[in-house]
Amino acid sequence: MSRLLGLRKVRRGALILAAPLLLAACSNENGQNPMNPAGETAKKIDNLINPIFIIAIAVGIGVVGMTLFIALRFRDKDGKRNPKQTHGNSVLEIGWTILPALILAVIAVPTVATIFELAKTPPKAETLQITVVGKQWWWEFQYPKGQAKFGIDTKVVTSTMMHAPVGAKITVREQSDNVLHSFWVPELAGKRDVVPGRTNVLSFSASDKPGVFRGACAEYCGLSHANMKFWVIVDSKADFAKWMTNQQKGPAQEYAGKIQELTAKKYQCVNCHVFDATSTPAYGPNLTHLASRQYFAGGIYKTNRANLLRWVKNAPSMIPMQSQKCRLPAPATCVGMPSFTTPIKQNGKALPLMTDAEADTIVTYLLGQK
Amino acid sequence: MTAVPEVIPEVSSEVVVETQSTEVMKTRVDPLRRPAATSGLWSWFTTIDHKKIGILYGSSALLFFVIAGIEALLIRLQLMAPNGQVLTAGQYNAMFTMHGTTMVFLVGMPMAVAFGNYLIPLMIGARDVAFPRMNMFGYWVFLFGGLFVYSSIFTGIANMPNGGWFGYTPLTSTPLSAGYLPGHGPDFWVIGLIMLGIGSTTSALNFVVTILNMRAPGMTLMRMPVFVWMMLIVAFLTVFALPVVTAALIMVFFDRNYMTNFFVAQNGGDPLLYQHLFWIFGHPEVYILILPGMGIVSEILPVMSRKPLFGYSVVVFSGIAIGFMGWGVWAHHMFATGLGPVAVSAFGLSTMLIAVPTGVKIFNWLGTVWGGSLRINTPMLFSLGFIAMFTLGGLSGVTHSIVPADTQQTDTYYVVAHFHYVLFGGLIFAILGGIVYWFPKMFGRMMNEKLGKTSFWIIFVGFNLTFFPMHFLGLTGMPRRTYRYSAGLGWDTLNKLVTAGSFLIAFAVLLFITNVIWSWKRGPISGPDPWDARTLEWSIPSPAPAYNFAVVPQVEARDDFWHRKYTEDDEGRLVRLPELEVDPASSVDVSKIHLPSPSYFPLVLAAGLPVIGYAAVFKSPWLAVPGVLLLLFGMYGWAIEPGTQEG
Repeated sequence: MSRLLGLRKVRRGALILAAPLLLAACSNENGQNPMNPAGETAKKIDNLINPIFIIAIAVGIGVVGMTLFIALRFRDKDGKRNPKQTHGNSVLEIGWTILPALILAVIAVPTVATIFELAKTPPKAETLQITVVGKQWWWEFQYPKGQAKFGIDTKVVTSTMMHAPVGAKITVREQSDNVLHSFWVPELAGKRDVVPGRTNVLSFSASDKPGVFRGACAEYCGLSHANMKFWVIVDSKADFAKWMTNQQKGPAQEYAGKIQELTAKKYQCVNCHVFDATSTPAYGPNLTHLASRQYFAGGIYKTNRANLLRWVKNAPSMIPMQSQKCRLPAPATCVGMPSFTTPIKQNGKALPLMTDAEADTIVTYLLGQK
Repeated sequence: MTAVPEVIPEVSSEVVVETQSTEVMKTRVDPLRRPAATSGLWSWFTTIDHKKIGILYGSSALLFFVIAGIEALLIRLQLMAPNGQVLTAGQYNAMFTMHGTTMVFLVGMPMAVAFGNYLIPLMIGARDVAFPRMNMFGYWVFLFGGLFVYSSIFTGIANMPNGGWFGYTPLTSTPLSAGYLPGHGPDFWVIGLIMLGIGSTTSALNFVVTILNMRAPGMTLMRMPVFVWMMLIVAFLTVFALPVVTAALIMVFFDRNYMTNFFVAQNGGDPLLYQHLFWIFGHPEVYILILPGMGIVSEILPVMSRKPLFGYSVVVFSGIAIGFMGWGVWAHHMFATGLGPVAVSAFGLSTMLIAVPTGVKIFNWLGTVWGGSLRINTPMLFSLGFIAMFTLGGLSGVTHSIVPADTQQTDTYYVVAHFHYVLFGGLIFAILGGIVYWFPKMFGRMMNEKLGKTSFWIIFVGFNLTFFPMHFLGLTGMPRRTYRYSAGLGWDTLNKLVTAGSFLIAFAVLLFITNVIWSWKRGPISGPDPWDARTLEWSIPSPAPAYNFAVVPQVEARDDFWHRKYTEDDEGRLVRLPELEVDPASSVDVSKIHLPSPSYFPLVLAAGLPVIGYAAVFKSPWLAVPGVLLLLFGMYGWAIEPGTQEG
């Protein structure tokens, strides 16, 4: 009986110890904390795992405590003791086979129930449909046309910043034409890998209140995997409508003259980028509304003049990419945005190097792309 | 009992010296004549003695352990603070790839093979393993495979493997020209792993045949030491699991270099196929790594408690159960890939289920030490540490089976914490404990207890300081395999703790290795049975003589050696038996014991493989020619070399 009481003490100790540990993890408000869930989906996961964590911590403390207890209790410095030779005990052994199995069976029920619940895809008409495309190393978000409920008439193609209205049910369809990625917004939902050749579907809920959430690529995808982040902005209904209306407009400025000369001819930016909201560029992000995005370059850098100037001139110096020494039409071994200030020869001819004035012209134009 | 064995090594060494001088001369005359030296540096290249091969495996694995440790320290220096500048992104990716590859294939597996090699024949009362030359061939292939992967560094650090130890497609399998992954790293990695697979397969087959066929009379399966049982299960797992990954690796190589489309989605291939193949190998691999550790602990705990293993048959059968069930849980590495709710539920449940036999083992170990007379020495500390730390790793493992939660935890530091608790707190603790425990048998000397205990406690503290905070890093969203993280995410302090802990581990490992080297030269002479142990290897002199047993033991019971020393009275207490007055071994002329001769050809045959490997990586048919010739020469020489020289 005293041993049973001892066990109960261990259990209580476990709870006392476990609670602050879990609380400490929950209190980290970094925008990327699965233990600080904001959406309904992430909350369901959190509610499922938290009691299981407490059971696990209790069992852990029990076994570690037992090991420690045995080591102290049965320690024999002189080695003189003659212990009773027990070879086993069938009842005990069957007992400690069945007991964990029972605990696991109890845990299994809500687990399977939650798996099926989270796998449900809500009706299309009520759900914000977003196609997510994983690139090396940034995210593209496409809002297909014809989503009247969310004010989407024409297709919208944006990157790095994903917007959704409060409380919306969201279904993302994930695609990749390169390598594996994994779409992860910890405070809203668990991961879903992006697999070339398939369209993986993930349904989850936006938060009930407006908020900014971090997203990350969670599957190793090459050199700059660590820099493949994104942001999810949950807007109020009005803000979302405003944002969406703006995204569906054409470019805010005329694409002609000096800027066309630089980006279409001299540096051939248009090989990868477009300035028209509805088209999907082959390689780089759509720049039509670049200035409306708070972050760019995989969500790492703030969209401002200084960062854009550096980026336009020499992007690989800001984020590691395999494009330090290549220009388009590039050999395929280039992955990423080229450097326009690194001397490179093509067919024996030195390619033009971008001057500060040229970069300034381009960035001024980009910052006008509201 | 003790007087007799001390005489035998002397006799045998005289015999050795004689044969050596005559044989060396003959060798000069005919290159096909077998080498005979059983001592000296050259003997280590030609030996086929399972004990020497075991020591070779162990010391090579220890060397790779140090290298992997340096890689880990570089990783931790990089992550000590946000936006670390110690390594570039490319270098970091190479470091985490090589750390994982090294620890799994060049430390974990060969360490188990080292113990298996040294101990299996001694524990079952055999003269050697079933195929002594194949045994040495396996060692050379392992060593060359490891050096091959690392030789990539000589073609530039950008050519080091950088696709992760799991090498997911299409990142690794897409031709170099697509530029998804820079450098030749994946080619070195694929070819190196195929070579290592050949080595592991030969040693596993060798263990299976040895254990099933070469047990001493009376050594029934259910009288075998648990370590031998676990190695038998591991050997079967290895033989069945490696072909799967070898096929997958060959497919990667062909996709990459010859435009096959196994994993190219645009052309009808499937990137996920690779993940299934890899983890059908990869999950049994986890048990290939941990079961030997469980075996080691199951030997140490009873000896240091002066009690038999609690529920021997349950421990054995739960090991077998783990071996079978390990094939049915692979997709729990893929819960985020979109397998659908039915599949993930099934694999979630099977993952929960495999926790049951694992738990049974833990409780049986606790049952073993309960009520014992515990000697808390270095091997015992590592074994008790194993129970506690492995349990924590097992519990975080169970939380992975909660599929919805796993979609949050997978690919975060929570998983890194989990498998380090299992593989470092489990396997490495067992290996270090095992080294201290069997050191006297291998070298005839004890390891220093004070240094041993000190290194245990520093490792224990350092280990928990390193890996416990990782749970919280992962739970608060820090992804794995990222060379940098931004400031202000609440991860700074924990990462500093982790880095501090990793340096503590490194210091303690250095202390441990110093202890090994010092004790090897200066440790106190141990005698044949310093721990008052239970299994047959302790019934022969230390270090174990070349012929192992002067007289083939007749096994009467489980823990036969123990029952020659003790019996139990009616209350189950130990009663010391009188020692035999005449050791039967003393009447044997050990110089007459037939032992197979050393051979050059395992080395020659194995040396052909890396040459062919370089030919494959650099697509040079001309380089393949000497490789194939070496291989053929090795094979024919192996086949037709004369038998042992008599007299």
